[in-house]
Amino acid sequence: MEFATVIFYLIAAVTIGSAAMVAFSRNIIYSAFSLLGTFAGVAAIYVFLGADFVAAVQVLIYVGGILVLILFAVMLTHRIADVQITNRAVGRIPALVVVGVFLSLLVQIIRETPWQKAKEIVYAPTTSRIGDLFLENYLLPFELASLVLLAALIGAAVLSRKELKE
Amino acid sequence: MVVGLTHYLVVGAILFTLGLYSVLTRRNAISILMGVELILNGANINYVAFSHFSSGNVEGQIYAVFVIMLAAAEAAIGLAIVLAIFQIFHTIDVAAAETLKE
Repeated sequence: MEFATVIFYLIAAVTIGSAAMVAFSRNIIYSAFSLLGTFAGVAAIYVFLGADFVAAVQVLIYVGGILVLILFAVMLTHRIADVQITNRAVGRIPALVVVGVFLSLLVQIIRETPWQKAKEIVYAPTTSRIGDLFLENYLLPFELASLVLLAALIGAAVLSRKELKE
Repeated sequence: MVVGLTHYLVVGAILFTLGLYSVLTRRNAISILMGVELILNGANINYVAFSHFSSGNVEGQIYAVFVIMLAAAEAAIGLAIVLAIFQIFHTIDVAAAETLKE
């Protein structure tokens, strides 16, 4: 086996293992910290796929932003000391069956579909091409994205402030 | 065996199903949000893998960036809602928060 293949399987194992920890752990703190492994593993997979800009964005936004936000929310909403099982789950068996069947279906489809192949697989810096596309073909979605972020900013501020009771 | 498109798609599918399991079984609102993040990450792996192996251009990566942006907005709003629910009901169990007003 090649060295890169070994690294890929290692990264995939870390990603899936910590994702399983997120899904199955009985303690929400463990779940939240396992999310770090998943996000970092997905960033490494992006690096494997030659997507340098997306990998950087993943680290900055997911690990640096969303994960910290989730950890803050966990810490603010739990009295950690007096609860044993902080992360209750119901209907495990039916959900496992449904999800298992769904996964086997997906894997079957993935294996049997003749996916289109690119003529050649290139590993080139993508940042400048992504920037060009953002300001040419995808200008309108780009501007809409800024509007969505502004709305999210205002919405979060409105939702989380304390109401002033008269 | 060379690592190809199917390997990445399978990793994405596993992440997706784990996220789906989380969303289906958890009663804790924050855990449900974590499941949604897993689902979005699985979908993003598919976008970037197809952009690398199938199309050869970067448009898939642009969609991935949009998904990440929407995930950030979703996390901010979702967690703000969770904090508001916690202030009113003193729990974030989604089964307990079934009324729309105090």
